[in-house]
Amino acid sequence: MSKFGKKKKEMPAVNTASLPDIVFMLLFFFMVTTTMRETELQIENPSLPNATEVKKLEHKSLVSTIYVGKAKNKKFGTGDKIQLNDKIANAEDIPAFIYNERAPKTEEEIKYMTTSIKADVGSSVGTITDIKLQLRDVNALKLSLSSRKIAQIKQ
Amino acid sequence: MARRETPEINAGSMADIAFLLLIFFLVTTTMDVDSGISKKLSEKPPKDYVPPVIKEKNIFEVNINRNNELLVEGESMNLGELTAAAMKFIDNGGGEGKIVDGVSTGPCDYCKGDRSISSSDHPNKAIISVQSDRLTEYGMYIKVQNELLRAYTELRNKLALEKYNVSYEVLEKDFKNDNKNEVLKKKYEDIKSSYPQIVSDAEPTSAN
Repeated sequence: MSKFGKKKKEMPAVNTASLPDIVFMLLFFFMVTTTMRETELQIENPSLPNATEVKKLEHKSLVSTIYVGKAKNKKFGTGDKIQLNDKIANAEDIPAFIYNERAPKTEEEIKYMTTSIKADVGSSVGTITDIKLQLRDVNALKLSLSSRKIAQIKQ
Repeated sequence: MARRETPEINAGSMADIAFLLLIFFLVTTTMDVDSGISKKLSEKPPKDYVPPVIKEKNIFEVNINRNNELLVEGESMNLGELTAAAMKFIDNGGGEGKIVDGVSTGPCDYCKGDRSISSSDHPNKAIISVQSDRLTEYGMYIKVQNELLRAYTELRNKLALEKYNVSYEVLEKDFKNDNKNEVLKKKYEDIKSSYPQIVSDAEPTSAN
């Protein structure tokens, strides 16, 4: 009867009606920003080197990527492997790969085509040199050595 | 007659469905922007190509051996000292510049270096040659390239600050945002060509 008589006071339930709205908002954000990986990596995900003097790669459609690292599948053996598209290849296959990339592009676009080398920090320079020599043979001279941008290098 | 009410659809599980999708996209998203050290390869020389004779003093030799150790101009060096050494070499300005279209560019009037006769003549003649072993680690190679590029950026920054009161990096960004601007373009090209990046990769020594 009295105002203070009843101690049992239920907590009001939090209204969750707007929860789906919030979640949908997040969902749309991630859906829009997602880019699906087109090729499946046959090599172990390369840990890219750090650098400060990096340039952003523009015109994603004009970039062809070459991966370098250790093969996931043990049947390819150890040592540095080169992945073109979605299979492990040799350095000698690079010219064909570049011609393939060039085929659908116009003359004007070919000038701006860049090759991005995503190599693991642990790979050896020799492999990179082999790739460079092959690229030079087919006149694919613009090169980007993929690295992560950091503010400063620890000495 | 009896108007039957359509029963309301229970939307309680909507959040669950949305969560499921959300988690899927969260996992598959990669947000990293592709970036890297850009390099321009030299064209393939013709068969009977005779390389031009370059004075020893205009070449800054950087060697990386298979144990990832640095040898700069014949002396071993730590990675931390490389940028300063490269800057000293590029900015030396000890002689006449390169001849462009039959016109000599003359001595370097913006160089702040020692003007020593035993180091580079002019930034446009100063060549940095990086030689690495086939077994050098790629990470080390990138570090060296990065330090060398940083030397160029610092020199360009200094010159741009002095000439136009704005750093080269800002100038570059402004120009990228407004690439029709002739004034900006002139400034940008001027600084860029004052310290052209000449970093060449020598054929690696092979390991036997």
